[in-house]
Amino acid sequence: MMNEILKIKGLKKSYGKRTVLSVKELSIEKGSVMAIIGPSGAGKSTLLRIINRLETPSAGEIVYFGDTKLTDQSGNIELQRKMTMVFQKPTLLDRSVYDNIAFGLKARKFEKVEIEKRVISALQTIGLLELKDQKARTLSGGEAQRVAFARALVLDPEIILLDEPTANLDPANVGMLEALIRKINLEKGTTVVIVTHNLLQAKRLATHVAFFYDGNLLEYGDMHRVLDDPIKDKTRDFVEGRMIY
Amino acid sequence: MLLEFWDAIKLLSNLDSGLAEIVLLTIYVSGSAVLLAALLGIPAGTWLGMQKQGKVKGLTRLVYTLMGLPPVVGGLIIYLLIRRQGLLGTFGFLYTPTAMIMAQFLLATPIVIGMTSVAVRSKGKNIHETLVSLGARKGLILRSIIWEARYGILGAVIAGFGRVVAEVGAVMMVGGNIEGKTRVMTTTIVLETRKGNFDFALALGLILLIVSFIFNVILYQIQQGGASDDE
Ligand SMILES: Nc1ncnc2c1ncn2[C@@H]1O[C@H](COP(=O)(O)OP(=O)(O)O)[C@@H](O)[C@H]1O
Ligand SMILES: [Mg+2]
Repeated sequence: MMNEILKIKGLKKSYGKRTVLSVKELSIEKGSVMAIIGPSGAGKSTLLRIINRLETPSAGEIVYFGDTKLTDQSGNIELQRKMTMVFQKPTLLDRSVYDNIAFGLKARKFEKVEIEKRVISALQTIGLLELKDQKARTLSGGEAQRVAFARALVLDPEIILLDEPTANLDPANVGMLEALIRKINLEKGTTVVIVTHNLLQAKRLATHVAFFYDGNLLEYGDMHRVLDDPIKDKTRDFVEGRMIY
Repeated sequence: MLLEFWDAIKLLSNLDSGLAEIVLLTIYVSGSAVLLAALLGIPAGTWLGMQKQGKVKGLTRLVYTLMGLPPVVGGLIIYLLIRRQGLLGTFGFLYTPTAMIMAQFLLATPIVIGMTSVAVRSKGKNIHETLVSLGARKGLILRSIIWEARYGILGAVIAGFGRVVAEVGAVMMVGGNIEGKTRVMTTTIVLETRKGNFDFALALGLILLIVSFIFNVILYQIQQGGASDDE
């Protein structure tokens, strides 16, 4: 029996009559890196947003940490604080770089000394220490996404949710962020769920892969199994680049 | 015109105490009204701007409509409330500065709510979701969003002040333009113009502009040096 950090059961999301996401069952193992792949519009972001409780599902539930917690309990701040999300397009607050990274720690009422220690260390990791007092709105796209990463990482979350976090970045930034993802996963055991349309990125980072098509989870499992030897034709078409969408 | 302007400036240079009183009362009444409107309107407008647009359509339309409430109508509503037979008749507010503050509060609040909600909405739901994802509680989310929308909100407060400091109808109706008691700059301008004292009326108009300018400068300074909302 594996150690499930997230277990999704009978999850559905509909807008009006249209069901945009339907997941019968999906388990995510603690300490794993789960890559969510599939064509655009497949419901990948919707799944991440539901996990992060930014969206309420129309049906079904998610069991977090082996503890039954209904997903519609939006008031559960303890649960909310065990995970955090990095979006494709970073939204930084109109404050300094330092204050952006410190935000979640301040919300959690950390001691000032501890906040400073973590923020400075994170700034060093992303190579932006010299920009700590700069207004976040003056940063370049790559720098902004690095700050968004740092802001998530200082929280030391149990689960980090990444929605195409490197889609708009240049190779140097992609390399840095991938190294960071690997590092927190290996050193802290952080569970990573990453939506990516870059199959090479999935290969580089993931231990597991889930393939979504038209709102449905078609298959999931060990990364090599899904990418090298898919069961479903649709998955094969997708990983072999034959899917037209 | 130029000559009249010159006379107006000469008049300003020897401000008598009656004039000073009028100016101070104007600042007191409109300043208090806008302060109260901001205290209610900024949180309310932020809340409104954070709701899904479809869910608050009716409410939004109502606020937008009230933004254009004619001052005399606002004055009339307060008048009916505070006249002797009115709901608040026992307090004797009629023809006092308090009545004027109430009327101007009624005029300024929809402007602050409406413009704040637009400022917050334009910040988008991305900010909201980012804050939720970072583990902020509701109170911190609200304060942070207000901080993010601070420029727009500042504009809302300035617009609210501009509206009430310039209006005549409401203060005339509930204040009564009593000399030394409820006479403000706009009502004095009306009175002096009727009496043919154009120099004096113009001088007052000039002071009104200066008051408005100083208010803007002060607000801008507050906003520049304002602390953030961190816990
Ligand atoms: N708020 C919404 N209202 C209606 N449809 C939506 C909404 N959000 C997402 N969708 C639809 O749900 C589907 C899945 O979207 P999404 O999860 O963003 O896909 P992906 O991230 O895989 O590209 C898309 O067809 C999208 O148009
Ligand atoms: Mg997406």
